[in-house]
Amino acid sequence: MLVKGAVWKVGNDIDTDQIYPGKYLYETDPKKIGQFALAGLLPGFAQQIEDKDVILVAGHNFGCGSSREHAAIALREAGVKAVVAQSFGRIFFRNAINLGLPVVECGDLYAGAEDGDELLIDLRAGILKNITKGQAYPLGVLPPAVAEIMFGGGLIDYYRRKIADGEGKF
Amino acid sequence: MHALEKILARAAGVKEVRAGEIVNAKVDLAEVNDLYLQVIKSFYEMGGKKVWDPNKVAFVLDHYAPAPTIKSAANQKVMREFVWEQGIPHLFDINAGVCHQVMPEAGLVWPGMVLVATDSHTTTHGAFGAFGTGVGATDLATILISGELWFRVPEVIKVELEGKMQPGTMAKDVVMHLLAHIGTDGAVYKAIEYTGPVVEAMSVAERMVICNMAVEMGAKTTYIHPDDTTLAYIRKYCDRDFDILETDPDYQYSAVYTFDISQLEPQVALPHSVDRVVPISEAPEVEVDQVFIGTCTGGRVEDIAAAAKILAGKKVHPKTRLIVIPASQEVLLESMKLGYIQALIEAGATLSTPGCGPCLGAHEGVLAPGEVCVTASNRNFPGRMGSTEASIYLASPATAAATALTGKLTDPRTVWEEGGEV
Repeated sequence: MLVKGAVWKVGNDIDTDQIYPGKYLYETDPKKIGQFALAGLLPGFAQQIEDKDVILVAGHNFGCGSSREHAAIALREAGVKAVVAQSFGRIFFRNAINLGLPVVECGDLYAGAEDGDELLIDLRAGILKNITKGQAYPLGVLPPAVAEIMFGGGLIDYYRRKIADGEGKF
Repeated sequence: MHALEKILARAAGVKEVRAGEIVNAKVDLAEVNDLYLQVIKSFYEMGGKKVWDPNKVAFVLDHYAPAPTIKSAANQKVMREFVWEQGIPHLFDINAGVCHQVMPEAGLVWPGMVLVATDSHTTTHGAFGAFGTGVGATDLATILISGELWFRVPEVIKVELEGKMQPGTMAKDVVMHLLAHIGTDGAVYKAIEYTGPVVEAMSVAERMVICNMAVEMGAKTTYIHPDDTTLAYIRKYCDRDFDILETDPDYQYSAVYTFDISQLEPQVALPHSVDRVVPISEAPEVEVDQVFIGTCTGGRVEDIAAAAKILAGKKVHPKTRLIVIPASQEVLLESMKLGYIQALIEAGATLSTPGCGPCLGAHEGVLAPGEVCVTASNRNFPGRMGSTEASIYLASPATAAATALTGKLTDPRTVWEEGGEV
């Protein structure tokens, strides 16, 4: 699974209130949720990246705070291709995997990456390349059960397939 | 194994689990709040028809209680209809209060259980020796279908609290002090166990506060080994059987932190991060527009009592607003019986009915650009309580009440005249 896009850098401790402000939590339509991606940090972000392939590159603890799944939905629907962070808030990390938004932990990319650098992530091979800078970074391997969910497009499709295979419990 | 590992092993139907391992564990209670209609949407999108066990599901309408907009009212309407259609007995409607206070008071929380909710502050239930953790909506939907969820078995950090809390300091001050040292990501993916004489001396309400804000350090769950204090609380509300699992003496913690609380003074988290914590003596002098006392962190009877003792017979500063929201109906009734609500209203407080209130910026007292708020709640992220141009200071309910009295950030020890414990 290959993901390609240009670096958009953000800082440390970008919490879910900045990714998706509480005042929009009533929203349930994914397309509308996408319009408010990062609205607490960069109002208009979704509109700015409309026709671009963007990979968010964050410092430590991206997605800390609330359990709101809206945060991962918003980034995915706004067209963010992946999030690469030095570390993630736990619930956001799970939500992103469940929703099929690629999330990658990489401690070393951040310092040398600049806005606009072209990145190529090979999720299965576990390698991240900064093409612009000519750097490559090995990635940690996800546990097989978790990888199956992420590569399969998220938890909803994963469960649908399980039902089709007769493995579901319902 | 740690007691938390034994809880997970039992729920997963295996003899042993190890930190880092992924296990599929059975869930004893799955709770959904009114922010997450997505739970029901995901449930149907995945092919769900009937929830796996209606008795093990709770819906709590707390974040938008009562509904402030047509859209949130419509979301709540769909949730109620789902609850009734599925025969779920545990619906806590807009009159009940915040889920983390309501569930234990309804007898739905006990030592050794696995409790999963669509709320990050589900770490609160470590105060009862339960494995409580927050998840997103789609994870919760899979529980509604299957009764199970995958968990990564967490490493456990031990936090020993030595010494004795001083008058004027509260559990909120203790946990903010820990945040200052452990940081916002110091416990990501890990569990925190609290031990030591300070914890032993704490009431259940105080233990809930330090477990509640463990999530601000990134923790997945928390644990306080149940003792007589825990059992007295549980037995008041819950008549089911349970056993208490012991941590093996040879269990290796991933880290051990020891803090002596004896000299701790009231603490304040400065805007806009929960770990920008300073002792109140080092906090800047700042004029305050709004004070908020409430939520799953600072809205229990003890918290309202501290505020009432500071404000009884006095008046809230004319340029400052004080909003008080009891965490549950039971807290409200008890606080009324004890005269606290009367005292606070006479002092000039605005009282709202139990729920999350303005904590997440949805309603009931959101902040204007440029405004300053001192709050007994748990997060001061930019825009958390309304405008991203507002400033939020986190403090204990006592510090919040003292601030409401003077109109500026104030050490509660300077306004508590009779010298008793706040």
